[in-house]
Amino acid sequence: MDNPKRNSPCSEPPVSDSRREFLHTFSLAAPLLLLGLRISAVEALAAEPEGAYNARDHYYGMGIDVSKCIGCGRCADACKNENDVPREPYYFRTWIERYVIGADGETDVDSPNGGIGGFTSKTPDKEILRTFFVPKLCNQCTDPPCVQVCPVGATFATEDGVVLVDNDYCIGCRYCIQACPYGARFLDPRTKTANKCTFCYHRVTKGLLPACVEVCPTGARVFGDLKQRNSPLARFTRFNKIMTLKPHLNTKPKVFYAQLDEEVR
Amino acid sequence: MDPLQEVLRQVTGYIYPNEVELHWGLLVVVYPYLTGLVAGAFILASLVRIFDVKEVQPTYRLALLTALAYLIVAPLALLLHLGHPERSFEIFLTPNFHSAMAMFGFVYAWYLMVVLLLEIWLDYRKDMVLWAKKETGLLRWTHLLLTLGATDLSPNSLRFDRSASRFITLIGIPSAFLLHGYVGFIFGSVKANPWWSSVLIPVVFLFSAIVSGIALMLLIYFLSTLLRGKPVDMPCMDKLASFLFYALVVDFSLEMLDFIHRLYEAEESIHILSQLVFSRLFLSLIILQAFLGTVVPLILLGSVSPALRRKGILNLPEELRRLLYAGAAILIQIGIFSTRWNVVIGGQLFSKSLRGLTTYKMQLMGLEGLLTSGFLLLLPILVLLLLIHILPPWEESEQHVETPAGD
Repeated sequence: MDNPKRNSPCSEPPVSDSRREFLHTFSLAAPLLLLGLRISAVEALAAEPEGAYNARDHYYGMGIDVSKCIGCGRCADACKNENDVPREPYYFRTWIERYVIGADGETDVDSPNGGIGGFTSKTPDKEILRTFFVPKLCNQCTDPPCVQVCPVGATFATEDGVVLVDNDYCIGCRYCIQACPYGARFLDPRTKTANKCTFCYHRVTKGLLPACVEVCPTGARVFGDLKQRNSPLARFTRFNKIMTLKPHLNTKPKVFYAQLDEEVR
Repeated sequence: MDPLQEVLRQVTGYIYPNEVELHWGLLVVVYPYLTGLVAGAFILASLVRIFDVKEVQPTYRLALLTALAYLIVAPLALLLHLGHPERSFEIFLTPNFHSAMAMFGFVYAWYLMVVLLLEIWLDYRKDMVLWAKKETGLLRWTHLLLTLGATDLSPNSLRFDRSASRFITLIGIPSAFLLHGYVGFIFGSVKANPWWSSVLIPVVFLFSAIVSGIALMLLIYFLSTLLRGKPVDMPCMDKLASFLFYALVVDFSLEMLDFIHRLYEAEESIHILSQLVFSRLFLSLIILQAFLGTVVPLILLGSVSPALRRKGILNLPEELRRLLYAGAAILIQIGIFSTRWNVVIGGQLFSKSLRGLTTYKMQLMGLEGLLTSGFLLLLPILVLLLLIHILPPWEESEQHVETPAGD
């Protein structure tokens, strides 16, 4: 598929030649319709899907086993490479947080350069109760506040459960960034549009894994399809006690954490 | 040095990496400040029409024009702040009906087109026709054009103007409430942000809008009268000051209710929010908003104006009294601007991880800079001067129709 991001909201089965001609003619007349229709929707109609991918058959999510994360930061690095995320240390689609909880109950959290390059060991001046790493990313909420607030509908949830941003449509008002409880969004300084984790949508619709999952050396990240009972994610959610982040906000995240500590926000 | 790198050094505790950049800057502070003035000025004008408060009649037309001037400039602040201002019209063409911001576009358009322009037009139509008869040149054509060809001055049509205008005012009051209440809702409905997420925010915004609008009209009326060399109508100033006092009492009570409610509920955000208030917002919230912008004006207006006692608790001579009123009004403007600052900037100075604080680096130049915002605060005054030139709001410029059979 050439442009799965566009195809997804209303994916079409392979089209015949006559229908292709019709679509071609239709696309010439499209400017007249642009007033009423979303540009993205029109382009989705005119696009030519090749594979048999049907968004309706999938519903993606991610599992994260906190106890398996070693804080190597390869996921955050791979994400920046794969998705052309600016290299400065304040733009991340995914990052790793280190939690150090002292015996006195004080919690110290850090994420130097989002964890890229790993964490240097700190000499603690106090007794440590427990410590762990937590990978963070867009939670691909079932009820995403970012989609709710976007004034023009440039950020939208696909049928297969991924929240995406239409770069050609985003007006750069940043309301979605304010509305995200997880700090998972940023404004791309180059395009002046909102940017976020897409679960590597261009990969997963081809049957590949998201870059971060692909490179994780310990299998702390599990990607899968919630609609398929035999997917690794379905297995992950069957065999672990699952927590999500900030459940009181009722965003219904699809990033599921196993072994999550209460200190993680 | 990269400004974000500089911010990174001043972060205390832990913030999410994407939170280093503050997303809504000074322009977004200016925006609710300007719309607040619009709503406030209009609500003051409505008092004359609906509740027939005769004392403030001299401010009626001036308030309508002020509301219009500020309403025209307000969206500029938002537009300049967008990453892609050239796509802003998409809000009207393909709105997301679930988005508070998208729907606000329609509230704004409704308020501008249906309420304010119509009310001003109905109020001025008769005068415009009569002015056009006496004038020559550009002004004559402007006035003729603005009548939209409705030059009928028969008693019937004038009666229609009056009743239609009254009807528009009736719609106008809830619309003005809606306009600024809605600005509050844009912030109050963000559940991700505990500083904003409160059902009281729209109400607090509304009352602070009324306070700022009345204070602005008091200043504009006072200054314009002095500059024109006319006598200041003291009953009008006294009434404005009394209204200002009452509105300020309600506003302050609501703010305190919000404060006490948060403190008493003591949700998980309480620690970071109290850190925020006593470190990053100490100057703008405690000193400017609460003390100078609210407590001092309350004491000034309460003791000098006829709000509590007919002659005021301190019976001061007129000259001194109106100077104190103007002083209080200026302090209130500073206070309300700080209120907007504390909401917009304050709401972004703490991390949504509730573990750390960041800072806001204001720029001098550039679209989001101090100079642009200063210009946007000044621009409504220039627009108002132009409007006053075209549509003089003074009582002595009002024309009287000589009709053989009065209505």
